[in-house]
This record gives sequence, structure tokens and C-alpha cells, in this order.
Amino acid sequence: MKTFRYLSNVVTLSLDSDACVGCGICTDVCPQGVLAMAGRKALIADLDGCMECGACANNCPVEAIRVTPGVGCAAYIIQTWIKGKQAAACC
Amino acid sequence: MTDFEKTPVGDVPRVRTVLDVTDILAGVKVRCGIGRNTYRIAPGLYCIGTPGKDSPVLVTANYKLSFDILRRELISVDAWILVLDTRGINVWCAAGKGTFSTAEVVRCVRNAGLDRLVSHRRLVLPQLAATGVAARRVKKDCGFEVIWGPVRAKDLNRFLAVGRDADSGMRQVTFSLWERFVLIPVELAAISKHLLWVLVAGFILSGIGPGGFSFDDGWRRGLMLTAACATGILGGAIAVPLLLPWLPARAFALKGLFTGTALGLMLTAARWHTANGWELLALFIWTGVFSSYLAMNFTGATPFTSPSGVEKEMRRAIPWQGTAVLAGVAIWVASAFA
Repeated sequence: MKTFRYLSNVVTLSLDSDACVGCGICTDVCPQGVLAMAGRKALIADLDGCMECGACANNCPVEAIRVTPGVGCAAYIIQTWIKGKQAAACC
Repeated sequence: MTDFEKTPVGDVPRVRTVLDVTDILAGVKVRCGIGRNTYRIAPGLYCIGTPGKDSPVLVTANYKLSFDILRRELISVDAWILVLDTRGINVWCAAGKGTFSTAEVVRCVRNAGLDRLVSHRRLVLPQLAATGVAARRVKKDCGFEVIWGPVRAKDLNRFLAVGRDADSGMRQVTFSLWERFVLIPVELAAISKHLLWVLVAGFILSGIGPGGFSFDDGWRRGLMLTAACATGILGGAIAVPLLLPWLPARAFALKGLFTGTALGLMLTAARWHTANGWELLALFIWTGVFSSYLAMNFTGATPFTSPSGVEKEMRRAIPWQGTAVLAGVAIWVASAFA
């Protein structure tokens, strides 16, 4: 989302251009317009717009996209610190 | 629900596209955090209008607020609605948690006997479900192709009308003033669960003085602390969501510190003649840190903060927030002896 910016250079998103087959599905499912097509390859057009939801990596047919998805919620992260990942519950 | 559509897979309940007063009032209640975790409908197949074997199949979550928003937008549309069992959680959160999943879509398609109901082999899923659903695996496992519908239900009519094609406006999330405003009641409801304990602790701390413990001081000074908490909530859980795009800094803890400091100055000005200098300092610190912490918690309600970013922000903010709380407590207790 171009109108809102969060912290820069923190997200875990990466794209392997060599593996990309250019299907364009990642550009359809990304809710932030992070990915775009340049010819027959996808590219990361707006890295800092990524919120690590994982939709692109989940739908990439060749696993060219990697991202560590998760819940971006402070209360949840505190729970993972205290109780561990398994026991933490989201609101 | 009005009546049933008779189909080869049994009677399918037909739902209305107009929400009645009960639906609207219940919607307001869950927006305020009342009964939010039990606001669900039975999973399964529903229909809107008079759908046939060529009608689109729309898939959604069984959070009733999600379902109501969907059907409200489907005026003069004939469609099947397949409601998954997402444990009463909305589409995006359920996809993130793994209940709106590939396996759940496949299970519900089979349970509903969809291949006997419709002649085509397409499902329209909300785009935000892509976090939990891999379209190619749905196709492989049950033969239905996933078409990614728009993010917002209000774009569905246009999406279906133009041959199931979403433009970039339909594909991206927004976070308008109204979208931020409706989140405030739920934030406040979540805070109120912990607030009582904070206030009880505040009254006990406030009663400690040179003569031991005094209920009178606890009440008088405790009310000042309550005012600081209320001002902090105003800063972190109301002002930050509303003013989000215009506040300086990207970290939410800093945005909250900004609003909390501004409001804390007003609070100390209002209390200038009724509190001593140390008390004013403690009230000011608490208002700022309370606001900062609550603003940081609001990250979970926004559609653009990455977990990596939130964790980085928290690792930096929590140490100074904790230090400030302790300093505030020390100054507050000491101020009774000044």
C-alpha cells in the first residue's frame, strides 16, 4: 500500500528470478502491489510495502518466492516470547 | 434465510441480500467486541437469487460479519455460496492461521457435492484467502479451478460483470479513515479487560505515603492515575488509529509516544494546581508510555505491518517502555513523601 509505510529493509521476502516461470500469479494474490511483471519474469517492485502475509510464496508453482509469513501483532509476538510459538494465540 | 432451492445435492438454503435490523445490531455489537468469538454461521452451501448449474460459486468464511458483508453486496446476482468452517474467524485471519486452507476448501467442495451441483469447475475465492490456499493444489485435489476474486466484497458485482477480471484497485487493500475508525471499539474492549488490574494496582500504589497506607490518598491520587490511563488510551488507541498517516515516525511505538506526549502535556497543564511537581512528572511519563504501548499493539489490526518489522520495533521499544513504567512508579510513590 503506497499510502502507508512501515519500517524499511526488514522483510524476509526474496525472489529467485532464475526459477521464476513468469506465470504472474504472485502479482494477482499480493494485496499490497509488491510484485510486478517485467517481461516474462516477476520482480519485487516495492519491497518495503510487503507485510509478509505469504500469499505469493504459497501460490508460486516453482517455489521461486521465499518469505517467512506470520502475524504482525505485538500481543501475539509477546506471547510467542513467553509461551513459545505453539501455545501463542491470536486475538 | 428465506426458503430452500431444490437441487440434485439436496435443499440449499436461500439467503437474503438485505440485512435486517437484527443483523445490523449484531454487527455493531461484534464491532464492539461483544460475542465476537461466537459470531458464526453453520458451514455449508447457501444460495442467493435463483442460481443454476452455470452460476458462480463464491467461497467465504463462517464469521457471520464476513458472510453478511458478502451477501449484502450480491443484489441481483444469482450465485452459490460455499461457507467454510473457519471457526468463526474472518477470511484473512483464518487464512493466516491455517483454517481457511487448501484442505478445508477441498473438503467443503466434496461435502457439498459441488461437482453434481454445477456444470463448470470454477470457484471464486476472496483474494486474501491466498495466504492459506494454494490454488494449484485445490485444482489437483478436487478438480476445481480457483479464480481469485477481489479483496473487498463490494467489488464483486463489477468483478462478475466484467467476466471475473480484477483490476489493480480490486487487488489491493486500503486503510481509510473509516476503516481505521471501526477498529477502535474492539481495541478499547480488549484494553478494558486488563485495565481493571492496572487501576487496582494504581489505587494501591497511590495510597502509600508517610503515614503508611491511606484510603483517602489512594482514592484522590488514584483518580489522577486513572486520568493518566484514560489520556494514554485516548493517545494510543484512538488518536493513533485516526491520525495514522499524518503522525511522524514509522514505528507505532513512536507514533503513540508522540500523541501521548502531546496529550500528557495537556493533562499536566490541567492538573497544574492540584498536583505537586513529582506527581505531574509521573503522570506525564505514564501517559506517554501507555499511549506508546497501546499504539504498538495496534500494529496487529493494520493491513500493512510486517511481523519482522513489528518484532524489530518491539525489541527496541519494550526495554525503554518498561524502564519508563518503573521510573513512573518510583516517582509516583516518592511524590507522596515530597
